[in-house]
Amino acid sequence: MTEVSVAVKPPSTATKPRRGGHRSTKRSRREARAAYLFLAPWFVGLLVITIGPIFASLYLSFTDYSLLEEAEWVGWDNYVTMFTEDPRFLSSLQVTTIYVVVSVPLQLAFALALALVLDRGLRGLPLYRSIFYLPSLLGGSVAIAILWRKVFGAEGLVNSVLAVVGIQGPGWVGHPDYALSTLILLHVWTFGAPMIIFLAGLRQIPRSYYEAAAVDGAGPWRQFRSITVPLLTPIIFFNLVLEIIKSFQSFTQSFIVSSGSGGPADSTLFYTLYLYLKGFKSYDMGYAAAMAWVLLVIIAGLTAVNFLASKYWVFYGDTK
Amino acid sequence: MATPSRPIPFLFRPIRGGKLVKHVLLIGFGLVMLYPLFWMVSSSLKPEELIFRQPGLWPSEVTLENYRDGWYALKHPFGYYLWNSAVVTGLSVVANLVACSLAAYAFARLNFPLKRFWFAIMLGGIMLPHHVTIVPQYIMFSELDLINTIWPLVMPKILATDAFFVFLMVQFIRTLPRELDEAAEIDGAGYWRIFIRVVMPLCLPALATTAIFTFIWTWNDFLSQLLYLNNPDNFTVPVALRTFLDSSSDSSWGPMFAMSIVALGPIFGFFLAGQKYLIRGVATTGLK
Repeated sequence: MTEVSVAVKPPSTATKPRRGGHRSTKRSRREARAAYLFLAPWFVGLLVITIGPIFASLYLSFTDYSLLEEAEWVGWDNYVTMFTEDPRFLSSLQVTTIYVVVSVPLQLAFALALALVLDRGLRGLPLYRSIFYLPSLLGGSVAIAILWRKVFGAEGLVNSVLAVVGIQGPGWVGHPDYALSTLILLHVWTFGAPMIIFLAGLRQIPRSYYEAAAVDGAGPWRQFRSITVPLLTPIIFFNLVLEIIKSFQSFTQSFIVSSGSGGPADSTLFYTLYLYLKGFKSYDMGYAAAMAWVLLVIIAGLTAVNFLASKYWVFYGDTK
Repeated sequence: MATPSRPIPFLFRPIRGGKLVKHVLLIGFGLVMLYPLFWMVSSSLKPEELIFRQPGLWPSEVTLENYRDGWYALKHPFGYYLWNSAVVTGLSVVANLVACSLAAYAFARLNFPLKRFWFAIMLGGIMLPHHVTIVPQYIMFSELDLINTIWPLVMPKILATDAFFVFLMVQFIRTLPRELDEAAEIDGAGYWRIFIRVVMPLCLPALATTAIFTFIWTWNDFLSQLLYLNNPDNFTVPVALRTFLDSSSDSSWGPMFAMSIVALGPIFGFFLAGQKYLIRGVATTGLK
């Protein structure tokens, strides 16, 4: 996190301790007491809304619990069932993985490309930026998911456009081979937010680098390869980490497009949708808690891998 | 921002007319992106049977019938759900503003034991998938008999669990000059006074960003509202829209589009009003 915020916005020097060691302990005790008072709601929230439930869900994941009866300890059963006896779980994992692996790079590629086109000096930048950003705000809503369902429906917008050129399109959302692609498109459609982060990053690159490179005879492509890309890697990395975490948790789109079923043929059964169905439709809450923990491990693992891999391609050298 | 006097960058270095081509491509791309939205608006104004026959935008016949039908299609008039959403969203905004700025002030300005540790925990909270906690949270709120109330939706906000905004405000407060705090302190102001009188007024941009994002996210939020609101009398807009999908056959897309547009209206309004804060918020913290 910190490296990233460094790249986006240099830290102010004001964060340093303001005086040396000559503060009286009485004063610092008073300050600490004030701090804990200011943080009181946050501490309660941390305990009751976050940490407590995390551990409760770890406990529940080893039980069979349906909200109506007492939780019954079953050991690793839930985890074992998931990976050996539950094809729907495996297919939800597969669907979500495909979704993340395809849509995140595509979305970031669009975001980066548009940010490069819009970078500096282009007239109308604020307007373009707003237009491209708007879908990011709307994309997660039920209303847009409804729209998507109809745009890619059997008699939807896409097919009526195709009909003009004489192609009879399938019902995209109702077809197991295509339904997931429509959700991937929806995610790509919301490239505006990472685009804005890229734009902010591009603005941090000193113009003098390009001038020096131009003097040395570097063409546009060479400048892009040797200046823009390396200096932008921290931002690319930041966007990548964030988008992976976020898209693993996508729920609304798949729920609405499939009417809460994950269909057709489980082709849009996102991990979180299956978790919801298990926990709050079948009231198999122990199982849902175990799924939640598997999700946490997957996301934490991917994030860790990302950070480890970042050593080899993310360049922090001159942004300090 | 636009600095025409400076040389133009590398990648698309202007061959003559290059700029024009670029604008044409950008406008074209923008139109393609927004086309589904335009289509939804235009479809909502068309008589039902024309929606799927005409992919074009200009309706040959304009009617508000879809809006009237959609408004009264569910158990309550749609305004009822709008009001419910407004209550949940409004309370969430106020709660986030208060709770997150309190916590942010402590992290940004005060020293206390284990500060770095707690700060790291707070940052970790940004990354934590919501799903890890929903099952026990649901059980807790259900034990407290709070299902079908606004508490499960608002309580987490009162308790500053939206770590994004704490982080956003910490970052912002750190950029404010400390001399102001110190001057107030010399004048005898305590921490609370400094927070209220000095820091908060300077934080208005960060508060605006927080308010707008909280509004948009809460307004759009579906999962929690689906979980905690099961009674049609308590439905908010997203849950109401969803029942539309259940209760109506494929033939009533017109009213559904009409109400979808009504649902997106406030977000669009906030987007127009608060673009500056939205874009700054995204650029500095990577919010969505």
